[in-house]
Order: sequence, then structure tokens, then C-alpha cells
Amino acid sequence: MGFPRLLTADKSPVMDARPAEIVKFDNVGLRYGTDPEVLSDVSFTLFPGSFYFLTGASGAGKTSLLKLLYLAQRPSRGSIRMFGKDVITSPRSSLPDFRRRLGVVFQNFRLVQHLSAFDNVALPLRLAGTDETKVQRSVTDMMEWVGLSHRMQALPQTMSGGEQQRVAIARAVIARPQVLIADEPTGNVDPEMALKLLRLFEALNNRVGTTVIVATHDVHLLKKVPESLIMRLNKGRLSDPTGALRYPPAPKPKPKTQKAGASK
Amino acid sequence: MSTHPLLEEEGAGTPAAGSEPTRSAEANLSPPTKLSGPIPWVIAILIALVVIAAAGGLSLRNLAENARADLADAVTVQIIEADPNERDIQAEAASSALSAHPLVTSVRQVPQDELEELLKPWLGEGAASDNVPIPALIDVELSRRASAEELAALQSVLDGALEPLGGGARVDAQSQWLRPVYDALSALQYLALALIILVSMATAAAVWLASRSAFANHRETVEIIHLLGGTDAQVTRVFERPVIREAAFGAFIGLVIGLAAVWLLGRQFASLDSGMVGGGGLDLSDWLIIAAIPVAGVLLAVITGRITIGHALKSML
Repeated sequence: MGFPRLLTADKSPVMDARPAEIVKFDNVGLRYGTDPEVLSDVSFTLFPGSFYFLTGASGAGKTSLLKLLYLAQRPSRGSIRMFGKDVITSPRSSLPDFRRRLGVVFQNFRLVQHLSAFDNVALPLRLAGTDETKVQRSVTDMMEWVGLSHRMQALPQTMSGGEQQRVAIARAVIARPQVLIADEPTGNVDPEMALKLLRLFEALNNRVGTTVIVATHDVHLLKKVPESLIMRLNKGRLSDPTGALRYPPAPKPKPKTQKAGASK
Repeated sequence: MSTHPLLEEEGAGTPAAGSEPTRSAEANLSPPTKLSGPIPWVIAILIALVVIAAAGGLSLRNLAENARADLADAVTVQIIEADPNERDIQAEAASSALSAHPLVTSVRQVPQDELEELLKPWLGEGAASDNVPIPALIDVELSRRASAEELAALQSVLDGALEPLGGGARVDAQSQWLRPVYDALSALQYLALALIILVSMATAAAVWLASRSAFANHRETVEIIHLLGGTDAQVTRVFERPVIREAAFGAFIGLVIGLAAVWLLGRQFASLDSGMVGGGGLDLSDWLIIAAIPVAGVLLAVITGRITIGHALKSML
């Protein structure tokens, strides 16, 4: 059972008074200009410490939905609540506080081109005012962990796609966010690194209680996290094959190893 | 796979919401800027113009004030009489009458050779000829600046003294015949002020354009900083750093150019060796005002940049 276990596993003081729901979309629609809606009647709830996959064909609206989640876009209609507050009616000046509780892996990495890999990873910590000695230590450890300790001073344009992706992921998780949003995070890395990164997401999910939502169209990836819940987008509308959107969420399937043990 | 220390250490991750980074940390975020762009040089030219205009305006103000101080309490008495003997008698009588007046502190009859020397540039050697009648001139120093009524009273005293001698005299307040010069000086001062205002507006416009351009060029960076939790104030500070750097560089160069021009102009005017121009020197307070111009220029640039970036940020979520 993922949900209760994750609640007890959470030790972050920020999360002590957290609401039962961490994100709630209600009848959200999104259109760009006068074009038809790219997202229609999207309603779902994300619970603390859960692991979600967002799937769907190209053009289904995954990136648009993630943009709403990481507050890069306002919806055309509907309401969005995050951390117990209405995001739509919150003043613009309060958005940084929401965003500092999110970690985002963008589809095209979105690294700051004039900053080194180290400074890119350090960015969320520095923006949040973390002590510089802590920044140095945390970022150095993180760079080592993603296998880029030899590329810390490299500028993004001199790095391969896989390296840039690892920098982007390191930047997204360095501040130990309450919600991690990843748009195709394993698209440019080899299978070994993809698995390693996925395990990092799982570890954040299990040990820190981070809510993780990963957009992907790689069905093999879904199988790597058996306890995950799946949200599927089809032409801008959301379906719920694993009961992810229900409250309380549907029980997650047991891991294969446990199933094997039960059959004996 | 090893476990990342981030997952083991408490407090290594999310900092308290609402805390602000140190300024040195923000300095790491500043986009790279080179001083080779046009803006520092545009600012340098504009600041140089302001320095020259301000120095000119201050110099004209000093010149006018000094001239006024010198001439406000002085009058010239002219005695127009063709006969040199009669002229001398009338001049003596006028001097005596003026000396007795309570407003008058000193009376000096300008010697004939001094008058001839004054007129020589216009009349040549003919100034010394008896064929050209030259009026007698009397410099009169007053205890204070005389009003129009007091000047009229002075004229009456002279008329009373010279009437029995069949002559007459004319009182010229030097400040009155110099009034057009003062008016011209005032106009030049206003011109200098208008120039300073216009150039300041041009400086603000240049910084506005530069800030907008820098913001447009680094829009992606701004969006990333925003999406990672950066506040408007942080983004503004990040972008005003290059503005301050460029404006400070331009202002310093402008000050140097402006001071060089002022020094050269000062030397040219000093070589005229004119009493009036000599009163247009700059004192310590004037130099302090001029030294404050680049500082004001940088402040103007920072305020303009901050407003421009603030407006641009409001268009973003």
C-alpha cells in the first residue's frame, strides 16, 4: 500500500501540516488563444507521497497539463488547488512559494545556458536562500551521484543530451521538493541511467514522501514502478485506468516479488 | 546503486519558503554582459553632454552673479559739453554735489587719458584730438543698490548743481545698461537646464531600450528562474546588475570626457583675460554638483531599468 506507508515515511517538517490532497484539479480547461481546448474537463487529485505516471500519445496534452501543474500556464477555466490553497485566485507574488515546493524536469531540459552544470543544479537552492556551504556540499554530492562530477564546470551547450538531462533532473530534485514533475525524464539517457534516475524518483517518493508525477509514453517505464498509479490523457481528456483519480485511490498492485512469494 | 546523501540528510533539501538568497548568490545568476555594446558609450556621451551643460550653466550663473554684485551699487555720470574748460568746471561741480550725497561712498572722475585709451579701439588716434568732444565720466560708488526713485533723486541733485552753470548731466545705472546682457545670460542658463533635462530623458530612454532588449534576450533565463521559485525582486536584481555596471562605466567615461571639455573651454575663456569672463569660474560647490552628475546618471539608469523590468515581469505568470 503506497499511500499510508508514504505518509508515515515522511519526515519533512514542511509536510507536517500538509493537506490530505496535495494537488486538486477541478474541471480544468486550457486553450491557447482562440484555438480549441487542448485540455477539457480535467479533474483529478494528487495525494502526498504517491507516484503517478501520466501517459498518452503525442499531442494528447501531457505537456500542457504539466505546465498547469508547474504554474507556467493559467487554465482557461476550472480551479486548481495546491498545498491547500487556490492557485488561481492567489496573488502573483505568492507563486514563488508554490514553485519552491515543486521540482520540475522540463522536456527540453531548460538549463540556463550561461551557467555551468554546477550552477544550474544549485539554482533552486540559491533562489531559496540556502547557505552557500550547504549548496556547495549538496550540489557536489548530487553531481557525483548523477555521474557528472567531472563535468561540474561545463556549460550546457558543451554537454550531450544525456548529460543535460541528468543536470536537469539533479536540479529538479536538489531542493527535495514536495512534488516532482518530470516531462519525459528518461528520453535522452541510456537504459541503465534511465533505471538509475527512476530509482532516485522512487527513493524520493519512498523516503522523503515526495509526490512524483512522470509524463512518459514509454510503456516499459510504467512496469518499472509497480506501485505507481497511471493517468492517461486522450485528446485532452483524462482517463483513470488504475483508479489514480479516485479518493481514496485504488489499491496499488503488489510488487512481482511478493506475488511470487505468495504463490509458493 | 548507492543512496544519494540528499535522501539521508535531514535539512539538506528544501529551504524555508520565503527566504531570500544572498546578493553574491544572485550575482552568479547574472547574464554575461560585455562592455563592448553601444549602451555604455551612449551613456558616456550623454553624461559628457550633461557635464558640459551643467558646467556652462553654473559658470554663467556665477558670471552673472559676480557682474551684478560689481555693478549693482555703481552708477556712471556723463557730462556732455563740447568746451573742455566748461566740461571740467561742470565735472568738478558734479563731483562736489555727488560727494555730499548720503548714498554716495566714493566719486572718481575718469582721467582724460584713460577715456582716450578706452575710446582708442573705436576712434583710433582721433580719440586724443580736440576735434572730437568726449564727455566727462564720473564713476560713483553707492553704499547699496539704488532704487529707481533714488537714482531720480541723484539726477535732481546733479541738475540743481549744474543748472547755474548752464550744463547738464546724465546718470546711468550700470546694472540697467547691462540688463540685456543679464537677460541673455539667464536665457543661456535656462538653455543649459533644458539641455540637462533633455539629455536625462535621452539617458532614461537609452536605458529603457537596453533593459527591454536585455530582458527579451534573456527571457528564457527569466522564465526558468521564475519556474524554479525566483521572485520578481530577485529577477530584477539579477538584471539590474549589468545595467548598473554598464551605466557606471559609461558615467565614468562621460565624466572624464566632460571634464576634459570643460577644462579646455575654461582655458580658452581664461586666455580672453576679460574681467567679466573672469567672474565665471567654478567654486567647490559647483565641482561637487558636477561630480554628482555621474552618480545621478547611474541612479537614473537603475530606476529606469528597475521600472522597465518590473513592467516586463508583470506580463509573465
